[in-house]
Amino acid sequence: MVERKGMHRIVSHLILILGCALVLLPIYIALVAASHEAAALTGDTPLWFGGRLLENLSSVLGHGLQAAGGAPVWRMLLNSLFMALGIAGGKIAISLTAAFAIVYFKFPGRGLCFFLIFVTLMLPVEVRIVPTFEVASNLHLIDSYVGLILPLIASATATFLYRQFFLTIPEELLEAARIDGASPWRFFKDIALPLSRTNTAALFVVTFIYGWNQYLWPLLVTNQESMYTVVMAIQRMVNVPDAPVEWNLVMMTALLALLPPLLVVLCMQQLFIKGLIEQEK
Amino acid sequence: MQEKRVVFVKPRTFWLAVAFVLPQLLVTAIFFFYPAGQAILGSFFMEDAFGTSRMFVGLSNYETLFTSGDYLHTLKVTGVFSVAVVLVSMGFALLMAIVADQALSGARVYKSIAVIPYAVAPPLAGVLWLFLFNPSGGAMTQLMASFGITWNYRLDGDQALLLVIIAASWKQISYNFLFFLAGLQAIPKSLVEAAAIDGAGFWRRFATIVFPLLSPTTFFLLVVNTIYSLFETFGIVHAVTSGGPAKATETLIYKVYSDGFIGLDFGGSSAQSVILMLMVVALTFLQFRFIEKKVEY
Repeated sequence: MVERKGMHRIVSHLILILGCALVLLPIYIALVAASHEAAALTGDTPLWFGGRLLENLSSVLGHGLQAAGGAPVWRMLLNSLFMALGIAGGKIAISLTAAFAIVYFKFPGRGLCFFLIFVTLMLPVEVRIVPTFEVASNLHLIDSYVGLILPLIASATATFLYRQFFLTIPEELLEAARIDGASPWRFFKDIALPLSRTNTAALFVVTFIYGWNQYLWPLLVTNQESMYTVVMAIQRMVNVPDAPVEWNLVMMTALLALLPPLLVVLCMQQLFIKGLIEQEK
Repeated sequence: MQEKRVVFVKPRTFWLAVAFVLPQLLVTAIFFFYPAGQAILGSFFMEDAFGTSRMFVGLSNYETLFTSGDYLHTLKVTGVFSVAVVLVSMGFALLMAIVADQALSGARVYKSIAVIPYAVAPPLAGVLWLFLFNPSGGAMTQLMASFGITWNYRLDGDQALLLVIIAASWKQISYNFLFFLAGLQAIPKSLVEAAAIDGAGFWRRFATIVFPLLSPTTFFLLVVNTIYSLFETFGIVHAVTSGGPAKATETLIYKVYSDGFIGLDFGGSSAQSVILMLMVVALTFLQFRFIEKKVEY
């Protein structure tokens, strides 16, 4: 280490502490608000905790917000979970197989397949939102889990990641497998799949967060309250017509909505960083 | 394209290969190529609000966009918004990463805190900051009032834009921080130490050695952050300001949505989609030029 002077270290810590305080500020205030009753938040926001955290929690989970339709938040959390798991699982499944086919088979149109998948890189659903919605509605996917999940699972990045990884698997492994008479399916199942376990786990973490945090697509594709996801529903709770916003309950819902991805990021930090950084290589 | 020497080529493996790529291709075709084609096609037509008839109008949808003050205003708002978000979040993250790159005690705690915003969905980030800046008694509103600043983003367009910029930048700090930190850690320590022995101070070493070596990371992040600020921030704008007041926070992506789903102007919305697609293609192209360069050196 180059810098050893005490002053430099103190300044460094100060910068980091200030930065972290700024990062934590909105979450701290949300937690404080979620622990008060609605009346305590009508004037100035209190800066220290109240005693109603659990009451607010159970009221939100069970009854939601009356002014915003009163759909219970536990249902939205469950919908979000289904959507996130579906998107993560679906992305991984179709990317894994597509990459395997492109790397390990020689068939007519292989280059074209690679190209077709690859050009979808980085073109987010937001850009082509109106026609994509029309497709979903023509296929009767509105208000269904399939409609929430399917349009979002095509992913060039994941396919590319698996392709890069398969290219690093030594050729000798396939040679040996073929000498032993292994079929392509057998090679996929017993060798390629287990070898890509760490990559898959890292990818799962990142795509789970991606899926959970979807907003525009669920907003369009769900009409029934029973299909709402928690991230999209928050907007209806803040923009209630002709009624004061129940900030304590809104903040409680917001915290519930950010908790699952937060736990994933914190508990699986190594995997998460690996997945994030490798995805962009 | 890189290839394997040993592959499955037997004709009877053909159908297995097809079965393996087909799911991905189908999803891509149905939810990517077809809608993208529809957007391009639709941008040349004018459709009535009920979707019963449409008429070929050539480039008139595009012409309308670029001659209307509305779209030019949105372009300007998006420009200000994007530049601000990219600069603020990258600047802040770079500062944190430079400091965290040293062997400080508690570095792991700092890092864990810095990754938190990544987990927060954009609209949630928007709502959290909205609460802080809530005109009736938000914590920041109180603070500003004690300095004599009147804050009401619902009436003041500039304040509304500032609010969405803050929320959008906050959300992106983690991503930039992690990439800057990884970039910094890849710089050989011996280079920095040699400069230190020659008597270069911390900031001089940063300006002449660290920052130039960090430029591939910086460039990559510039592209990714631009794309983020153009598209993923939809949730923040939609949940916090709905483009208001008086369209002061209406970004390009928000306009595609509001013209298409609220205004029911499919031709105009399609033309905007096409323009956005071209922007992403250009940015992706930039990105690839950069990846090629990185491989070379």
